[in-house]
Amino acid sequence: MTDAASTRRKAVELQQASVIFGIGDKAVTALSPTNLTLDKGDFVALVGPSGCGKSTILRLVTSLITPSSGAVLVGGRDAAIRHLRMGMAFQNPTMLPWLTIEQNVMMPLKIVKPFKQSYRQDRKGAFRDRVHALLGQVGLGDFSGHFPWQLSGGMLQRANLCRALVHDPDLLLLDEPFGALDQFTREELWQTLQELYLDRKPTVLLVTHDLREAGFLAQRICVMSARPGRIISDEVVPLAQPRAIETIYTPEFVEKTQNLRALIAQVRA
Amino acid sequence: MTEKQRIRLWSFSLFIGFFLMWEVLCIVLNVSDLVLPRPSEILVTLWTKFPILWPHILQTLYSTLIGDSALGVSIGVALGVLVGTSKVAYSVAYPLLVGFSSIPKVAVVPIFVLWFGSGTTPAILTAMVICVFPIVVNIATGLATTEPDLEDVLKTLGASKSEILWNVGLPRTMPYFFASLKVAITLSFVGAVLSETVASNRGIGNVMMTASSNFQVSLVFAGLIILAVLGVMLYALFSLLERHVTGWATRDTEIAIT
Ligand SMILES: Nc1ncnc2c1ncn2[C@@H]1O[C@H](COP(=O)(O)OP(=O)(O)OP(=O)(O)O)[C@@H](O)[C@H]1O
Ligand SMILES: [Mg+2]
Repeated sequence: MTDAASTRRKAVELQQASVIFGIGDKAVTALSPTNLTLDKGDFVALVGPSGCGKSTILRLVTSLITPSSGAVLVGGRDAAIRHLRMGMAFQNPTMLPWLTIEQNVMMPLKIVKPFKQSYRQDRKGAFRDRVHALLGQVGLGDFSGHFPWQLSGGMLQRANLCRALVHDPDLLLLDEPFGALDQFTREELWQTLQELYLDRKPTVLLVTHDLREAGFLAQRICVMSARPGRIISDEVVPLAQPRAIETIYTPEFVEKTQNLRALIAQVRA
Repeated sequence: MTEKQRIRLWSFSLFIGFFLMWEVLCIVLNVSDLVLPRPSEILVTLWTKFPILWPHILQTLYSTLIGDSALGVSIGVALGVLVGTSKVAYSVAYPLLVGFSSIPKVAVVPIFVLWFGSGTTPAILTAMVICVFPIVVNIATGLATTEPDLEDVLKTLGASKSEILWNVGLPRTMPYFFASLKVAITLSFVGAVLSETVASNRGIGNVMMTASSNFQVSLVFAGLIILAVLGVMLYALFSLLERHVTGWATRDTEIAIT
């Protein structure tokens, strides 16, 4: 395969990218020089101890911060160009407090091409149906007219997920999207996300603390070391998709997560 | 009776009580109506002179609203956006703004009269100058303190600077804007009236000035009442608008009791 062809296949590429916050005595290294590649359509999970730089990697990919050294490419070009359509679910669901849940979730359609061209005509029609369908899928059908402060933490997190998905992103960045949910809702949403993923095959980078979640959803799991983090293990999950939720209770799956757990325990020490 | 109704009743009684007190004290202490006319006299004057007063009321309202709403708000918002959206502009211009806004604006009335002669122009300009600074400072502060998290949501979507301003910065700044607008509208009303007393032959300010030199004391007080009513009305108007636009910031939560 030629170089050009392999570049074209790559959705995300971190080349020795590092991040240092602050200068002088106060400098904090959030990310050691890190390499990470996601091909188009990959579903990669990122796990590691708290504060190791997982959110920092997502902020690099969305170009909310620029690397202190190295380079970050998205769709083969500098991340700052933002030339792939991105959907991001932030770790704290930052809903705009003056908009209803429906208006919040619809925001990407107002900003992102090609939706923004027809936003005026469609916001009361096609777009609204789309938002309502998504909210219904995560169990928020009755809350589209509510304001963010009228929702619980877990409900906000689900609305946050909808906002990341509504504009059919090519690159989906999810920062602990199910952290505040109970086990049953969580497993339900894993399946919803898996269906959505298999349907459109966007590139997904999922940050999570839940190893079963990583194993159930992802094709690859990257483990990071403690701060200043770097990727110390990058393993393929050898299970065909779609996966049934029962998979996570099989001995092979449990053994796999046990190994990962041991690895993280080791790097935390 | 609900708590709200009780509070309304109390403030209404206080209002009536105040004027009753005034009336009674004037009669009991035998106060000359050249010093302090009774409310009933003022009311009569207000009623009989109203046709003459009406054009002046409109004139004062006109100066305030043109100066405040049209000029002051648009200039204030434009400058505020300019200062608030750039970190550099914010740190450079903020001290200057605070300096300007601490000048007593009344002091500029003679300057305006000098430049533009007497009439409506100084009144409009005074109203404008008074309300422009609080608005600039508040808009700039609101924009400069917008949570970066909120802006990040739009940045990841590839939004332009102006899209971020329209969808995050300005809505987020609305509570600040209205807070300053309510202060500004009453202040600039004062400014317009003041400028009328100094340099105009129209407006309530001028009516009061003339009445006082003719010892028409009850007319002076009628002017005061008109000013108070107008001030309250303007304030109420903007409060209503505020509640409509920035209801999200107050989070009125009602809990059902069953
Ligand atoms: N804006 C910032 N300024 C200074 N330091 C920061 C900033 N953001 C993050 N850091 C530092 O960078 C490190 C990595 O942060 P990051 O948010 O990427 O962690 P994380 O892996 O997402 O952790 P968690 O699992 O707890 O969310 C942290 O140690 C933090 O102190
Ligand atoms: Mg994080």
